[in-house]
Amino acid sequence: MAVALGFRLIDQTRLVTVTSELARNVVKYARRGRMIAQPTRGEDGREGLRLIFEDTGPGIPDINAAMRDGFTTGGGLGKGLPGSKRLMDDFRIESSAEHGTRVTVVRWL
Amino acid sequence: MDGLQRIPILKVGRVLIVPIQVDMDDQTVMHLQERILSELERTGARGVLIDISLLEMVDSFIGRVLSDIAAMARIMDARTVVVGMQPAVAITLVELGLELRGVDTVLNVDEGIKLLRCEFDFNEEDEGEFSWGELSAFAEQINRS
Ligand SMILES: Nc1ncnc2c1ncn2[C@@H]1O[C@H](COP(=O)(O)OP(=O)(O)OP(=O)(O)O)[C@@H](O)[C@H]1O
Ligand SMILES: [Mg+2]
Repeated sequence: MAVALGFRLIDQTRLVTVTSELARNVVKYARRGRMIAQPTRGEDGREGLRLIFEDTGPGIPDINAAMRDGFTTGGGLGKGLPGSKRLMDDFRIESSAEHGTRVTVVRWL
Repeated sequence: MDGLQRIPILKVGRVLIVPIQVDMDDQTVMHLQERILSELERTGARGVLIDISLLEMVDSFIGRVLSDIAAMARIMDARTVVVGMQPAVAITLVELGLELRGVDTVLNVDEGIKLLRCEFDFNEEDEGEFSWGELSAFAEQINRS
């Protein structure tokens, strides 16, 4: 889809990497969830790709901590969330114990 | 089907060459690490050359795998070189904030061989069955495929 939208190679690589990071988090911490990819258009008319990763897992108790480089509860490198934020133009994370976690990212063309 | 056997480990002289071409799941990775370790033990190889030119991305998981292999190899007295990282992958890696600890990265297999060659500085007798020509020829094959 990223290719079809006309993303150049470097952005394709960013999108693939972020997808891998966030999908891996879903599987690792919430067991299951889903990913939605949708073409999107900004207020200024530019096109982009939005990716949503949502799960109904345990949620993240302290989002600020989880967004810090090196923070991990899973024996990882703690780079997935903060790294994904750096790789994308927009990054939003919502999480609660009741509803689980949803991460929404956008990369503009 | 399980993907366990899909990553070959080739031994050329005193270097193990590991061309990673598939997306690795955790099991494949663990298995690969074990195999590299036992190959180092069995063959006394002094270098591990990991070719990632076919990987379209390196995420934090694969990054850690590469560092782990390097740490493991170091214990076995072998040096690890990662070759063939695509420029887009390299940029993404930096933005992600990954440093491949203990891993040297070079552009292609030839460079990797050069690096391993000066590291060990083999003289004629040391080389034994080893032939840099053989390795270079093999490298070319990989580069072309
Ligand atoms: N979908 C999720 N559900 C619950 N907790 C999560 C989820 N995603 C991330 N977390 C929590 O946030 C922490 C940081 O996540 P991040 O992806 O940055 O690092 P990591 O997964 O621990 O390591 P890495 O991704 O570098 O291998 C995780 O250790 C985990 O505690
Ligand atoms: Mg992660």
